Amino acid sequence: MSRSAKLALGCALLLSLAAPAFAQAKKETARQYGVGHAATPAQIAGWDIDVRADGQGLPPGKGSVKDGEKVYMDKCAACHGEFGESAGRWPQLAQGKGTLASHDPVKTVGSYYAHVSTVFDYVRRAMPFGDSQSLSNDELYAVVAYVLNLNDIVDDKFVLSKETWTKVKMPNEGGFFDDDREKTEKAFWNKNPCMKDCRGPVTITGRAGSLDVTPEDEKSKRRGVE
Amino acid sequence: MTERTDKTRATRRRFLAGAAGVAAAGVTAARADNAKSLAKNLPPNVADWSKSLGEGVGVRAYGTPSKFEKDVQRRTVGWLTATPESSVSFTPLHQLDGIITPNGLCFERHHGGIAEVDPNDYRLMLHGMVDKPLVFTLEDLKRLPRVNRVYFLECAANSGMEWRGAQLNGAQYTHGMVHCVQYTGVPLKLLLEQAGVKPNAKWLMVEGGDAAGMNRSLPLAKALDDCLIAYRMNGEMLRPEQGYPVRLVVPGWEGNLWIKWLRRIKVGDQPWYTREETSKYTDLLEDGKARQFTFVMDAKSVITSPSPQMPVHGKGFMVISGLAWSGRGKVSRVDVSLDGGRNWRTAKIDGPVFDKSCVRFYYEHEWTGEQLLLQSRAMDDSGYVQPSKDALRKIRGVNSIYHNNGIQTWAVKSDGEVENVEVG
Ligand code: HEC
Repeated sequence: MSRSAKLALGCALLLSLAAPAFAQAKKETARQYGVGHAATPAQIAGWDIDVRADGQGLPPGKGSVKDGEKVYMDKCAACHGEFGESAGRWPQLAQGKGTLASHDPVKTVGSYYAHVSTVFDYVRRAMPFGDSQSLSNDELYAVVAYVLNLNDIVDDKFVLSKETWTKVKMPNEGGFFDDDREKTEKAFWNKNPCMKDCRGPVTITGRAGSLDVTPEDEKSKRRGVE
Repeated sequence: MTERTDKTRATRRRFLAGAAGVAAAGVTAARADNAKSLAKNLPPNVADWSKSLGEGVGVRAYGTPSKFEKDVQRRTVGWLTATPESSVSFTPLHQLDGIITPNGLCFERHHGGIAEVDPNDYRLMLHGMVDKPLVFTLEDLKRLPRVNRVYFLECAANSGMEWRGAQLNGAQYTHGMVHCVQYTGVPLKLLLEQAGVKPNAKWLMVEGGDAAGMNRSLPLAKALDDCLIAYRMNGEMLRPEQGYPVRLVVPGWEGNLWIKWLRRIKVGDQPWYTREETSKYTDLLEDGKARQFTFVMDAKSVITSPSPQMPVHGKGFMVISGLAWSGRGKVSRVDVSLDGGRNWRTAKIDGPVFDKSCVRFYYEHEWTGEQLLLQSRAMDDSGYVQPSKDALRKIRGVNSIYHNNGIQTWAVKSDGEVENVEVG
């Protein structure tokens, strides 16, 4: 190999090392198997229901709090309660503000959700429970507006659409931070954990038996240690 | 799912105060087990099954366990959830050994019931920030190169009912939202390469085809590292409860990300903040702020036998047996304590040790009827040591529901009964 050819090869190597790992894999080693079919725009449109926090994916349409009240009463209140307070044991959708740091935190759209898209994306794919993906876009906008209204996040006159989307301010927007266990729980990494006399006398401070919420199963014969 | 535990607990407590006598009677009956043998089957007599022919081949075209093993079942806790379609059933860890969970016993967690997907109508769509949006049939996926890997899958809410103290009496209920099987599948990286991911892509949105349309954001780096598009578990096709015909495998990360009935992968440049990564699967700390994207399952272990559903019958030699796993790598060591964490001895790990998989550990003990406070403590090859429950609570409080990997204590009483306890 000539000197200049060697040089060129060296440069190419350097370049490829500097490129992001994926781009490199794609260009140099990714084999195309010719398996799979092109997804058509129509196919994608039928399934592409996700809505991102920045509003990407929002469908056309709009809905008012007033229209949402009707949708909600017809299709949601039976489980979630007229005021979002939960009818029985179904998830509560409203109230709970100011409880997150208490002994009994109540997590709802108003108290816990950080993004309005989360409500929209979820209701669009999963609600009403048992009849998912049945709401029209206008119904969706309306019922989400109503749930926001139940949480005092928007007023009675509010109309939710792509255009008004960014006007919605979620109360717990700043309530989350990324996983920091490797920093805040650094003490859990320890090459030589204590093996002998690691603590003082041990006492039993609580028993599952005194609560006894474990399902009793008469049919199951309990067997001895194997 | 577990938020209501406390309220329900109070009512259940009141209710059960009156039922205590009934429960105690049940225990006495079960203890008579060993006396149930029939003399006609015992030496010197010759048992029936030694004298007559049994069923021929083909009668059990798909074999099921012996009729004497009917009590080995996934079980539910009725008061946990409002409806069985969005609920959980637990792996009977106390009745299993080795590291592999039989397919029919792998715990279930569904949000919209079990989707029954016709494999002929199965499609996986891959689109978003790619050069060529693609649709794969099941046959397409099966034509591609595949790999076999053993991984544990743990729901982030496993042991979530125990943050405020010992509550459920049984390893099945305290730790049964974990299973470990061998998956066969196509590396997700390979599929992404077929579509060609745009250079500024960073996240994927992965979505299920069930009535919950379960969706999560997954960092592209993890997808390229070790995720699989799996269609087999323990050699056979996935069970419907586990996402038949295709599920996502996200080794070492919380089970909620392992989308079942996988129907769509969308490539993007930022996370979506779906309901399952904001309203759920975020870890609320004492100050009211919550950790998000806590993907990795930290090292954890539990003694499966003895345990409350697996009492000790009589003094003498016994093997203390348990399961350990870590989402950060291989389990490197498991220690066992008989005295509530004062003194520790290293247990023997037996069987294969794979990355992000379960391992089986044993500790031999000659039991003289003394009270034991059994604990196990897992370590992994990142140097992480499973913490005590109190150490976890000190940092996280008791409201976080998810990621409770604290050390479990079982009290073995002099009569061999075992109870879930808290120690201080
Ligand atoms: C048959 C009962 C039922 C009906 C009717 C119903 N839901 Fe739900 N809803 C549920 C259940 C169950 C869940 C939780 C599902 C899960 O987590 O798996 C839920 C969850 C939710 C959540 C998320 C709550 C949280 O804390 O993250 C929202 C928002 C919601 N529903 C909105 C609606 C709206 C809007 C409607 C009407 C269009 C509706 N639901 C109709 C049962 C119902």
